[in-house]
Amino acid sequence: MRQAVRRPPLASPATGALWLAAGAAAAAVLLPPAYLAVRAAGADAEAWSAVASSRTLASLGRTLGLAAAVTGACTALALPLAWLTVRTDLPWRRGWSVVLALPLVIPSYVGAYLIVAALGPRGMLHEHVAEALGVARLPSLYGFGGASMALTLFTYPYAFLLLRAALLRVDPALEAASRTLGASPLRTALHITFPQLRPALATGGLLTVLYTLRDFGAVSVMRYDTLTRVIYLQYQSAFDRHAAALVALVLVAVTAVILVAERRAEPRARYHAPGAHGQRPARPVRLGRWRWPALALCAGVATLAVGLPAVVLGHWLLRGIHDGIDWAALVPAARDSLTAAGWGAAATTALALPVAWLAVRRPGRASGWLLRLTWLSHALPGVVVALALVFFGIRVAPALYQTMALLVLAYAVLHLPQAVGAVRTSLMQVHPSLEEAARMLGRPPGKVAATVTLPLVAPGVAAGAALVFLTVMKELPATLMLGPLGFATLATGVWSAVSEAFFARAAAPALLLVLLSSVPTAVLLAHERVEQR
Amino acid sequence: MIDPSKTARRLALVAMLGLLVWAPLSACQPGGAPGEATPHAEATEPAAGAATEAAAVPDPEANPEADPEAPTAEPFDPSAADLVVYSGRSENLVGPLIERFEDESGLEVAVRWGDTAELAALLLEEGAVSRADVFFAQEPGALGAVEDLLAPLPATVLDRVAPRFRDPGGRWVGTSGRARVVVYNTASLTPADLPEGMEGFVDPKWTGRIGWAPSNASFQSMVTAMRTAWGEDRTRAWLEGIVANEPVVFDRNAPIVEAVGAGEVDVGFSNHYYLYRFLTEEGPGFPARNHFLTDGGPGSLVLEAGIGIVATGSHREAAEKLAAFLLTPEAQRYFADETFEYPLIDGVAPAAIVDMPPLAELHAIDLDAGDLADARGTLALLRDVGALP
Repeated sequence: MRQAVRRPPLASPATGALWLAAGAAAAAVLLPPAYLAVRAAGADAEAWSAVASSRTLASLGRTLGLAAAVTGACTALALPLAWLTVRTDLPWRRGWSVVLALPLVIPSYVGAYLIVAALGPRGMLHEHVAEALGVARLPSLYGFGGASMALTLFTYPYAFLLLRAALLRVDPALEAASRTLGASPLRTALHITFPQLRPALATGGLLTVLYTLRDFGAVSVMRYDTLTRVIYLQYQSAFDRHAAALVALVLVAVTAVILVAERRAEPRARYHAPGAHGQRPARPVRLGRWRWPALALCAGVATLAVGLPAVVLGHWLLRGIHDGIDWAALVPAARDSLTAAGWGAAATTALALPVAWLAVRRPGRASGWLLRLTWLSHALPGVVVALALVFFGIRVAPALYQTMALLVLAYAVLHLPQAVGAVRTSLMQVHPSLEEAARMLGRPPGKVAATVTLPLVAPGVAAGAALVFLTVMKELPATLMLGPLGFATLATGVWSAVSEAFFARAAAPALLLVLLSSVPTAVLLAHERVEQR
Repeated sequence: MIDPSKTARRLALVAMLGLLVWAPLSACQPGGAPGEATPHAEATEPAAGAATEAAAVPDPEANPEADPEAPTAEPFDPSAADLVVYSGRSENLVGPLIERFEDESGLEVAVRWGDTAELAALLLEEGAVSRADVFFAQEPGALGAVEDLLAPLPATVLDRVAPRFRDPGGRWVGTSGRARVVVYNTASLTPADLPEGMEGFVDPKWTGRIGWAPSNASFQSMVTAMRTAWGEDRTRAWLEGIVANEPVVFDRNAPIVEAVGAGEVDVGFSNHYYLYRFLTEEGPGFPARNHFLTDGGPGSLVLEAGIGIVATGSHREAAEKLAAFLLTPEAQRYFADETFEYPLIDGVAPAAIVDMPPLAELHAIDLDAGDLADARGTLALLRDVGALP
């Protein structure tokens, strides 16, 4: 508020409403830590001794190591892929954009399982290729290597989508100037383009780190013991919600440390072009002979992250067709999936807009804290967030309990940082003078937001909505616990079949999940087309 | 130059297209959507909704105080269903059986499918305001964890199964049996190569050849059985012996059986029914079989999947009907033939399938739920020997 008062031309009741909305979003995100505090308070001595052990510490160490490796690998993959699909004349680059975003919809448990089925010891690769070549046993896939590979393949799209949005907003005039002054394309990329991507890289990295911290599926299939496995063991083996809460609070603390460190490290740079002029689309870089290695990279990643799972699923599908598939049952599941993901993406993006706008346009302690708070629950496994909303739902809003409204709120709590991160990085690249000019010319703030700000950050909003849409498509624990009775998505169908080893029955909903997700992804990325020409 | 208003229009178009696709869909789904008017949802199924509503009202057994906050203006009113089941058993396994119950009883059943342990945690969080009438669980530990929320079952239901397959306090009852077994690869082993009890596997000759799932609930129940039957020290020694043999770790039972069939490991500690699913899918050529331990020790444990009635539920009579139904010869036949579990009532034989001995012929250890209650102690021991993080 202080900031708003200091700048009278922009202070308005609308800004106050934004503060209120952003505060409400942050408050919702604080529900899980609050719930954990309540439950941890009920922990007895046995629970404390179970948690405060060297094993928990060792798990934390493994978890952080995995997070670092996955984040490094994701960045290394996402950066070239984003650049190739946005700024070059790579053939079929919009097709690649959609395909390369799709791994995000594969639940990590299922994805890891598919990788094992394809590449594991005596998997499909072994059966069909290695045996013919006389290889007796493929190198083991399990442990740190397998876990980081699976997590990288299913989370790099976070950074990929954010970097794409950032690249679309980089002012090509700067690059043109650099080229005019004689710098090589590589030098221009390294010194002009990439520094402007720093917020997107940081946000993508943060999303990846926190995803790795909260993942349960991939690490359990890949037999790598992280902190979430300790949490799940307390729920599943000891039915001890108090001990589980204690361990989960460790994840919240780790998140807090990471957020503080990230705030310290954040360069105080500006990421928008100095003038208030509009922006020309960049001229695509001609790849020439380099198009072949570029295509190979895209094809390689797509093969591992999308092709391989699709082949295994296709194999299962054939078996399923042989046994008979209940196609009609897929229709309500597809409908529920789209309902969940649609409302989830819309609500989460709407909540993210005020947080991101205040963080960028009203920089200061208050908005900075609000921004960080929205990330605080992001390292918590879904089951914890779901239970927290159960706890508060039945106490505060019993009428909404186990209705779509509360489920959508759970999705927002789970996914808010994805949308906030995408919108914020996009907004940082837009010069505020455009909005200020519109305000000076007498447009009301709401209209400025709708006609100036929103269109300018459209790539970020689209990327954020796409991220949330795709991750809600695969969400499990909150959907299972908080969904209205009878609400069953494609993801819950896949999970229910795979968990009982009915692989043939998992194939059809899993393939439909990927197909249905590609359509909105394509639509969301479609508006880029015109800007690129 | 991009024209901002043009982009805005395009974005709005995208948003509207999205709304067009999903708004009508969400309007006709059972849960409704926030802000969505509900009359639609009910209008699509007028006959069924009206009939069940009428049937639900005069229910004499319904607890008059139950569900004080059963809201009438909600998108989906669970009291419109005649019975709300929280099922930790997979829809793929028991969905058809629930449908059969609906057909025969004329009751409309609403099921929340989920993971057994997560549903137990959900029930514990919900406490007295839970809308669940029944908890159908994969394993006895979860039922034990929520037993304070459960109502006593009628003796006519409890008495259909042997005492070891029900709660000593009468609050839940087993509905099907799951035997612990050692699955072995038939290409590398014959039954004669396998020990009579679990202690045989600490022999170093099994190094690198064992598959196990120490995080699995059934496995942990077996370890609890060991602690009861053998005592703490002997159990610890056994676990340390197995860990020393560098077993391959899996996250659940099905992949163990798959890995045994693929020759990734020679033996696996599992439950008996997974093998029969693989045999059904892959044919009798699937190179793995079950070895039922014969020494009568903890490795021969038979666990039960079971059901309990939530005390605060508002459909007690329907809940008791379901519990009774699951212990009829018809439902027990279903478990035998479709999920390959052991029927628990007298007079129903297990599936006529290769190598599956009847329950009475197993040398099963005689322990009841009370003997298997200390799950926390087992988890602590498993972590302590390094089998779990």
